[in-house]
Amino acid sequence: MKILVITTALVGGLTSVALAEEISPTGVNFSEGAVEQSLSGTAGDPATGRIIVGDKGQGNCVACHQVSDLAEVPFQGEIGPILDGAGERWSEAELRGIVANAKVMFEDSMMPSFYKTEGFIRPGNAYTGEAADDTFGPLLSAQQVEDVVAYLVTLKK
Amino acid sequence: FASADPVDDTLILNEETELVTRTTAPAHVSDALDEVMSGWLFRGTETRAMQADDFDNPGMIFVEQAQEMWETAEGSEGKSCSSCHNDMESLAGVKATYPKWNEAAGEVRTLQMQMNDCRTNRMGSDAWKYDKGPAINMEAALSSVSRGLPVNVAIDGPAQSAWELGKELYYTRNGQLELSCANCHEENYGNMIRADHLSQGHVNGFPVYRLKNTKLNGVHSRFKGCIRDTRAETYSQGSPEFVALELYVASRGNGLSVEGPSVRN
Ligand code: HEC
Ligand code: HEC
Ligand code: HEC
Repeated sequence: MKILVITTALVGGLTSVALAEEISPTGVNFSEGAVEQSLSGTAGDPATGRIIVGDKGQGNCVACHQVSDLAEVPFQGEIGPILDGAGERWSEAELRGIVANAKVMFEDSMMPSFYKTEGFIRPGNAYTGEAADDTFGPLLSAQQVEDVVAYLVTLKK
Repeated sequence: FASADPVDDTLILNEETELVTRTTAPAHVSDALDEVMSGWLFRGTETRAMQADDFDNPGMIFVEQAQEMWETAEGSEGKSCSSCHNDMESLAGVKATYPKWNEAAGEVRTLQMQMNDCRTNRMGSDAWKYDKGPAINMEAALSSVSRGLPVNVAIDGPAQSAWELGKELYYTRNGQLELSCANCHEENYGNMIRADHLSQGHVNGFPVYRLKNTKLNGVHSRFKGCIRDTRAETYSQGSPEFVALELYVASRGNGLSVEGPSVRN
């Protein structure tokens, strides 16, 4: 009896891992700047996304964008458009594409590519000024991108 | 956003010398900018006031230290700077022309490189570490005696290839954030990037005394900080890349007054 339960749990676990197959930063499919398929296979969490957008150590999107919904976050930048209403202007797939690599949607955009690992000039090891080492990864994980997208979708005017 | 625009103010040093903090862009940057503006115009009222009066400018304490150093004999030749150059005022105007091509050495040199040449080859002493204590203090002192004179670095002739390398570096989108100097200082001056008010990123005010770290900061250290902030591998102070970049950035500010040591937050 006991053995059976364990086996079921194990199989269940394996199945959910298989479903949540992550798309690697080099394997993302863009179509006119948009990305249809979820990067992580797991629905994004808008509450976590909201934190990532405002946090200096994570997305730090407010370095360049203002978001009225994040009124508690001080010092919002003026480099990019105000993100209020982004969920109305863009579809979920377009928002995923913009966050993953905005330069596909907007040629030569100043916006950094958050889900990209190749093609950089003198990539560094975070903010140390040293060269990147083998810990180098995308600015945001697949799930973090999904969380941010889930939050952006909620930004209706 | 009116709040983020550069202020409409005039920098009058010690109630007597009016400095040029805005002027028509030199020909070689006129495709990118109409007007060049000193970083002073992008700072707050109190910070601007501190720079306008030598008694309030904390950078002047380091200038005084350098004045003592100027008279101090060092090295095997038993000479001080003053042994050969007399008063520091005899070098008034020199700072405005650096970085500059040195014919004998066959290279473009920053003021600090030139000072170290005198130290190692003429005084028989040791080279000062780049952007560190005595070097940055002396650069500030030599800048202070040039204040009010227009930045006027030569970009043609033998300096041209270094200038072109500097220009290429200025427009290179470095690091994981893929940001060039131009992204921030040419396309977005006047805008806020998080808590920072972006200026045009000129070097006419260097060395700068920063209230944040309470010391004099050199041009190459500033470049290093800006590049580090793009999540890039930086170059080091005194490297050929930074010498070239300093020449190029200085040339963008040709016509602005020498202001160093200036005060920044
Ligand atoms: C260094 C500056 C910078 C950062 C950091 C940045 N962006 Fe952007 N973003 C821009 C700029 C500039 C644009 C305008 C597009 C262009 O380049 O033409 C833009 C455009 C956008 C747009 C589409 C504009 C609209 O609302 O119509 C969205 C959505 C967006 N960014 C989201 C984000 C998110 C989410 C993050 C953080 C994960 C972020 N940005 C970080 C600069 C930035
Ligand atoms: C033994 C003589 C001697 C001593 C000591 C000396 N210098 Fe020089 N210095 C020279 C000569 C000679 C030149 C090159 C001629 C010129 O350009 O005026 C020069 C050039 C310079 C220049 C460049 C001037 C220009 O117009 O480009 C600077 C700056 C300078 N010295 C700073 C210093 C400092 C700072 C010290 C002390 C740390 C110092 N020197 C000590 C002899 C000396
Ligand atoms: C991500 C944005 C960003 C990038 C990219 C950047 N800087 Fe800066 N830089 C700043 C900020 C913010 C400041 C402080 C506020 C100011 O003076 O603009 C600054 C200040 C400066 C200053 C001091 C100006 C003064 O008057 O005190 C210089 C010089 C400068 N930068 C040069 C450069 C150069 C050269 C590059 C490229 C190698 C560069 N910056 C890249 C953001 C940036």
